[in-house]
Amino acid sequence: MVGLIDLVQTLTTPHPLDRYLELVNPGLTARELRAEITHVSHAVPGSVTLTLRASRQWRGHAAGQYVQIGVSINGVRHTRCYSPIDPESRGERYLQLTVKAHPGGLVSNYLHANAKPGMVVDLAPASGVFHLPERRPDKVLLISGGSGITPVLSMLRTLDAEGYTGQVTFLHYARQPEMVPHRAELSSIAQRRANFRIEYRYPVEPGTVIDGETSTGSGFFDYDELERAAPWFADAQTFVCGPPPLMRAVHTIFEAEGLQDRVLSEEFTLTTVPADPSEATGTVTFSGSDVAADNTGATLLEQAEASGLTPEYGCRMGICFSCTATKVSGCTRNVRTGELDADPDKPIQICINAPVGDVDIAL
Amino acid sequence: MTILTEGKDGPVILSPDQVEELGAALDALRARVVDDLGERDRDYIYNIIKTQRGFEIAGRGLMYLGFLPPFWLAGVAALGVSKILDNMEIGHNVMHGQYDWMRERGINSREFDWDTVCPADQWKHSHNYMHHTYTNIVDMDRDIGYGILRIDEAQKWNPYYLGNPLYAFLLMTFFEWGVMLHDLEADNIIKGKRKWSDIKPLLKGQGKKAGKQVLKDYVMFPALTGPLFLSTLAGNAAANLVRNVWTYSIIFCGHFPSGVQTFSKEETEVETRGEWYVRQMLGSANINGSRLFHIMSGNLSHQIEHHLFPDIPANRYPEIAPEVKALAEKYGLPYNTGRFSKQIGSVWAKIFQLSVPDRFVKRAPKPGVIVMRNRKATEVGV
Ligand code: FES
Repeated sequence: MVGLIDLVQTLTTPHPLDRYLELVNPGLTARELRAEITHVSHAVPGSVTLTLRASRQWRGHAAGQYVQIGVSINGVRHTRCYSPIDPESRGERYLQLTVKAHPGGLVSNYLHANAKPGMVVDLAPASGVFHLPERRPDKVLLISGGSGITPVLSMLRTLDAEGYTGQVTFLHYARQPEMVPHRAELSSIAQRRANFRIEYRYPVEPGTVIDGETSTGSGFFDYDELERAAPWFADAQTFVCGPPPLMRAVHTIFEAEGLQDRVLSEEFTLTTVPADPSEATGTVTFSGSDVAADNTGATLLEQAEASGLTPEYGCRMGICFSCTATKVSGCTRNVRTGELDADPDKPIQICINAPVGDVDIAL
Repeated sequence: MTILTEGKDGPVILSPDQVEELGAALDALRARVVDDLGERDRDYIYNIIKTQRGFEIAGRGLMYLGFLPPFWLAGVAALGVSKILDNMEIGHNVMHGQYDWMRERGINSREFDWDTVCPADQWKHSHNYMHHTYTNIVDMDRDIGYGILRIDEAQKWNPYYLGNPLYAFLLMTFFEWGVMLHDLEADNIIKGKRKWSDIKPLLKGQGKKAGKQVLKDYVMFPALTGPLFLSTLAGNAAANLVRNVWTYSIIFCGHFPSGVQTFSKEETEVETRGEWYVRQMLGSANINGSRLFHIMSGNLSHQIEHHLFPDIPANRYPEIAPEVKALAEKYGLPYNTGRFSKQIGSVWAKIFQLSVPDRFVKRAPKPGVIVMRNRKATEVGV
């Protein structure tokens, strides 16, 4: 197959074969990984669950990993990371994503409003170190908050599918009961498996009755919660994913116990535009060369050179595109137009863009 | 800075303030277009790509009927159109970064490569960087004569230039190879200004790219038509020739018709953004034509707009041209445009005239733009 593709590609040179195939059918690819949306469900208000059928290049995911999805919105391709929520698989070409429409979240809102069966999206292979180890631990503690549920849900379902016999506690924080996605699935696991303990927390006054249950505790994560939910937590492998306050609370407790290496965490952060773009604050990270320096407010090209790097450039005035590099994360300001840009994973011209706050650039 | 140009009614003088005003107006125009980029531009470029692929497939297919002359000719025409679209409206413009904002894997300046023997990275250096930054600065912009031709009076005549028309003809015929060799600066190697070691990696890249192109057009596709090998080979060569002649002609109309201004290193040493814009306007020339003509020329028929805003999607040039023209008129600057026949005619006339020593040719006085620094008096006495 690969040999044949190479042969055909000598005929389509210099264009890759996929540049021809995508014009016939965007789901048909020789090399690139893509996926077609086959099913869309809006079961939980404010979020959408997509079932995708990946092209044959898909290699599956480990429970907890994420994939990158790319869609074109008003002419521009945007990519975002989401964790598949289905059990770990190798041969399966289907995967499921639950996307919460964040306020101001361009891609999530777009998918929430526009995803339809038949739509083809870009897909990148699963990656990330936040996943269950090959040898499953004897005890597993899963903690998640909000949309951070997705990777741990995949872990939970994987353990369920494997008939895991160890101890599992899953503790999920949500604003309201209706906001917990895949509740039916979760209750069915809880019913089937006596060794799986599944609990939800809502940040409300103690004593409030929710879902027929009287809430105990503060509704926030603390030491008492941990003791109550998983008294064996010191012997467990803990996975936590959610908003920063939750992650901080977990890490503080585990550090105090000297157990920091038993916790794996993943944070879903959104880059926000800092209040004053003219002030030079934060750190510029040149992640391609493992260099970091304080932001001086100069253009990224100048700051890279000042740090001893020699990035490619030409005109130094924004016309030749020799200096284009990928901004991994952070916000930049176009020094010619003043335009701010906080989109992750975006190619930018480093000669006319200055970092605003923390910026990571692949140089 | 004062800019003075010889208009119909005498000299035109722009004050430094006016130059900056003009610059600000052009910046605002650019910002408006950039803000408006979206789905429409995406559809445009994908439609062009689809059309190009269609012509390509048709051209390759028609070669199977190449034993019938009308089909052979139709095949050459289809393949020629495909290569012209690929090189001009798609390749040239994509590699300028005009569609980088779309963030598509297939159409961005970092990855795109075109259907000619010149490797994309080398072309981007000689064209996007050298030519577009130093447009029409003698001894900086190597597009002035491509290191082979005498195309500007500022290049000193010597007997070598007697061959000017012949060199131009050969350059036109083998244009893709000329473009490929451009970044080598072979003349500078002969003059000893450049070392062999500098060009080794360039040669390697060229060998690799050209090898693939030659293999495809002159071996693989002919072989696939079996007994028609030679007929397909000739057809593919003819299509490349058609493309060469056309792209050469359009490109030479961009900077070399009469009325276009060149500049010296000294007068452009320190430029404001406004002055940079003025240089781009005075150094470029447009061609009038239909919508189809503009597409087939990669919108380089809007060379003035392209040089002001090289990274704006080409389909926007015709839309903003009236505004650019109005600005030129407002400030009394020439807006050099004309029919294709007029522009290309004046290019060839120049090639012939400049082949002989200056004293043999009576030339109309050049509508010179004099850039004066620090308001110092010049020979014009302003
Ligand atoms: S160096 Fe030319 S665009 Fe940045």
